[in-house]
Amino acid sequence: MATSVQVFSDLQASDLLFLGEAALKTLEISIVAISVGTIFGVIFGWMLNAGNMAVRMVVNGFLDVFRSVPLIIQLILFDSFIAIAGYPLPAFWSGTIILSIYTSSLVAQVARSGIDAVPLTTRRASRSLGMTYWQDMRYIVWPIGLRAVLPSWVGVALSVLKDSALVSVIGYIELLKASQILITRTAETFTVLAIAGLFYFALSYPIAKASSYIEKRWQQ
Amino acid sequence: MDYQFLWRPVFQSLPQMLEAALITLEVSVISMLLGTFIGLFICFFRASNFWFLRFFAGTWIELARNTPALFQLFFFKFGMGAIGIIIDSYFVVLIALSFNTAGYMAENFRGGFNAIPPTQLRAARSLGMSFFQSQLHVIVPQVMRIIYHPMTNQFIWVILISSLGMLVGLRELTGETQFLYSKTFRAFEFFAATAVIYYIIAKIALGIMSFIGWRLFKGPQ
Repeated sequence: MATSVQVFSDLQASDLLFLGEAALKTLEISIVAISVGTIFGVIFGWMLNAGNMAVRMVVNGFLDVFRSVPLIIQLILFDSFIAIAGYPLPAFWSGTIILSIYTSSLVAQVARSGIDAVPLTTRRASRSLGMTYWQDMRYIVWPIGLRAVLPSWVGVALSVLKDSALVSVIGYIELLKASQILITRTAETFTVLAIAGLFYFALSYPIAKASSYIEKRWQQ
Repeated sequence: MDYQFLWRPVFQSLPQMLEAALITLEVSVISMLLGTFIGLFICFFRASNFWFLRFFAGTWIELARNTPALFQLFFFKFGMGAIGIIIDSYFVVLIALSFNTAGYMAENFRGGFNAIPPTQLRAARSLGMSFFQSQLHVIVPQVMRIIYHPMTNQFIWVILISSLGMLVGLRELTGETQFLYSKTFRAFEFFAATAVIYYIIAKIALGIMSFIGWRLFKGPQ
């Protein structure tokens, strides 16, 4: 037979746009998860620092589960659990919820070590100057602790950005999933994967460099 | 809630899952060892006088650290497959995890080496040790102590991330669970059991690493 059916279509310029949009979705879910996770993580970190024994054990035990079970399992478990419970959520939301809890479990450790980095004498000094507990937290602990742990926080944020690729498992179409869709259509596996990798690199590398630049400047 | 939890298939296939957990452990330990070893060399390459070695090490580190592990797995499985290099799933996971670990460990080693005063190397050299002797007997043991904690974290992380082997067709713990799930469609029950197994593995690994650390580094800090 002379004619053959064309199964795959070629890679086009519009496909680059498709990947670009998917990269924005990766960015979107990461930003939401990192923001929510950081807020809760700082609260958890404060509880780990200031709470009594019982609070510390409960909070740490809870967060430890999310650090000791693979993220992919957490996602699948949560996704199937809410389906069982009868409240199925869109993939974006179940992905965001799990990513946020995961982020907060990592940020909690960072926040706690940030508070621990402020010498107790400094905090006592601020209290004896008449500052309230919260004034001490806001004007003394926050600026000093933030400087100590900002690089670790950026590290957490970058790892969440990269781990957001796993949300594709429960069906959210982000950068890596989009590249798989393109591969299925064009069979240009190597090229498409290389472009997806470049997109991830372009998202992550500038943040990593900026962080190490700030770290160096602060050390001077 | 109309759902009936059904745990029996999970208990029946528990031996299979535990066997798969051994593959998870095996892959994690090998890639951690390989990654640490390669990472040490990359760290040396980065400080090398040859621009090519520096460039090679820098590219490796930035690529390993700035792309998702899942992407790296896909690249070694499907990307390499597309240009004719077909690698078995087991080795794909090994290669990708070692590649990733080497990148992170190289940075850890760099931090560790920076923390050792340069006078130590000069002292060792002036005692008549060669460069490699002084590295082996004086510098690296101190570096190991500094990076032992980040290394433990990296090891736990490798165990957890080896679960992505499922997505490139390796039947480690998660892959096996996926397979068993596809026979019964009991996603929640199977993955809950897997989560428990991972938690236990992570805790045991942490315990073993702490024990080794205690044996290696006891004595004055």
